[in-house]
Amino acid sequence: MNYLLEIKNLVKKYKEVVAVDDISFSIRQGICFGLIGPNGAGKTTTIEMVEDIIPPTSGEILYKGKPRSSLFKQEVGIQFQQTTLLSSLTLRETLNTFKNLYNDPADIEEIIDICNLRDIQKRLNDRISGGQKQRLMLALAMINKPELLFLDEPSTGLDPQARRNLWSIVQKIKERGNTIILTTHYMEEAQRLCDEIAIMDNGRIIAEGTPDQLIKEHCKGVTVILPRNSIKIPLSSLPFRFREINGRIEIRTNDINSCLNTLLSENADLTEMIVRSPNLENVFLNLTGKQLRE
Amino acid sequence: MSFKRLWAMLHARNLEFFRDRSALGWNFLFPFLIVAGFGIIFGGKDYSEYKVGVFPSQSEIVSMKDIDLPSGFKETRFIKFIGFVSFEDGAERLKHHKIDFLVKAGSPSHEYWVSGTSPKGYIVEKLFKASLFPENKNIAEKMEVRGKEIRYIDWLFPGILAMNMMFSALWGVGYVVVRYRKTGVLKRLNATPLTAFEYLSAQILSRIFILMFTLAAVWIGCSLFFSFKVEGSYFDLFLIFLTGSICLSAYGLVIAARGTSEEFTSGVVNFITWPMMFLSEVWFSLEGSPRWVKLIAKLFPLTHMLSAVRKVMNDGARLADVTPELAVLIFMTAISIAVGAALFSWNK
Repeated sequence: MNYLLEIKNLVKKYKEVVAVDDISFSIRQGICFGLIGPNGAGKTTTIEMVEDIIPPTSGEILYKGKPRSSLFKQEVGIQFQQTTLLSSLTLRETLNTFKNLYNDPADIEEIIDICNLRDIQKRLNDRISGGQKQRLMLALAMINKPELLFLDEPSTGLDPQARRNLWSIVQKIKERGNTIILTTHYMEEAQRLCDEIAIMDNGRIIAEGTPDQLIKEHCKGVTVILPRNSIKIPLSSLPFRFREINGRIEIRTNDINSCLNTLLSENADLTEMIVRSPNLENVFLNLTGKQLRE
Repeated sequence: MSFKRLWAMLHARNLEFFRDRSALGWNFLFPFLIVAGFGIIFGGKDYSEYKVGVFPSQSEIVSMKDIDLPSGFKETRFIKFIGFVSFEDGAERLKHHKIDFLVKAGSPSHEYWVSGTSPKGYIVEKLFKASLFPENKNIAEKMEVRGKEIRYIDWLFPGILAMNMMFSALWGVGYVVVRYRKTGVLKRLNATPLTAFEYLSAQILSRIFILMFTLAAVWIGCSLFFSFKVEGSYFDLFLIFLTGSICLSAYGLVIAARGTSEEFTSGVVNFITWPMMFLSEVWFSLEGSPRWVKLIAKLFPLTHMLSAVRKVMNDGARLADVTPELAVLIFMTAISIAVGAALFSWNK
């Protein structure tokens, strides 16, 4: 299979700390690949080595089957987790400045429209909101029509509305056929945007696959949640494992049909019942025994 | 090397500078205020070099007609007489070097007090003693210096401009680039095809443009108030200032090469600028200073720039006459660019 990017045995050591510990993965053209994991897992260090911002201690990074050349920076777009831009420039001037750094830039009007910057293009870039700034950063990452786009925690610090707004822009970019590498610790973001995922913890990749594959493989069953008073019989007589939390009963089951049949046969009131499918958060919990945002 | 990328960064940096109203204003106002201040202080007729306390006197302002002091002493130029009611008042000021000399008016024995550690006091004492004897015009023959007079303001003016250039270059290149590194601006630029050479060249060219623009504006502004005398060629002066600004900006490059601590960089810039300001003859001549002080001064580009500028401005020298100074500046520029470029890092 032809991969756009191949990472082989990548290692990054800082004195006595191993930030990235011998990881390998490959990314096909046109997909959105997610690196997920808690803060400090090594996601940003990995992505910055691939971006050619920091040098790896050892390992190999192949772009289009070859070591990265000077053309690499012409063909990739990068959005860092935290960036400050040149001050006292408007958004449009900032985009123009960056546009002039590339040999084959995108049409600036198109980028402004994709990233919803038209209304604020004349504002100074240090006088915009967090959501607007992230959209500007995304626009800057798109300014060279990149074949490969790096998005490092693009929605961190955004309110839910701004985050959803950003996701819809990333979705549009995906539809254009760009290959995207995304790091995040928001599981909803990863599940919504990523085609393939590698889960990182302590500098290592502990699981890899599509979101559905990972969930199926590492989290079997569903969780049924009911108010305590909706079950009329003594809880001890329930024929499955459950736990009681804050006046609610949580039942974990691999057979939802028989669980629901049992509850109905015992005249349980299912009006306020919630059935929760496992997500990537559960995958991470099952794999490491800890929450992603611990 | 891409001129398109270089120009993009140069243009962006200039926009940044000219839109930062406070920094822009200060860059023009600072040298103008200093020149204006010193012009008023040293250009006025009331300027006095020595302060002599006189007691008893009912008011601080001494009436020279009424006060009983040796006439030769009273008529000495550049002495300001300050009245005190009592000896205690005057002695207190003398003790704290607020005055250089204290004398009792109307004293038959010409009583005076002076601090043994005060150089100015020593000079005034000599003047006072000399005034007690009749002037013998045959002892020494007075000769007038012929030629055009160089006013202090004409000597000082290029020093102030050069000093402003030094501050602007070292802070504008050194400090700003370190701040960019700390805040992640450099990291973002490193993610583009922009090379370190293109980026640093843009920073230096932008700063040189700003320095020369500021120089021209301040020169024109000051010329409206003070009629500066330029004996040599304006074009030669422009070339010397240009060479100096390149050299000082290159110095800034060395400071900018590494580091992310604004506090540390601020310390380094002060560590370089303060000795340079005092030892490069901005304010006073180093004539008669110890040899080692003069040797240290030779390490500073400001010394060579000022020497060349003053030769052209005050003495009418031509470009060929200041070749040694220009050669040193070019040499220092080459060394600074080489060291700065070799040490430069985009990352923290």
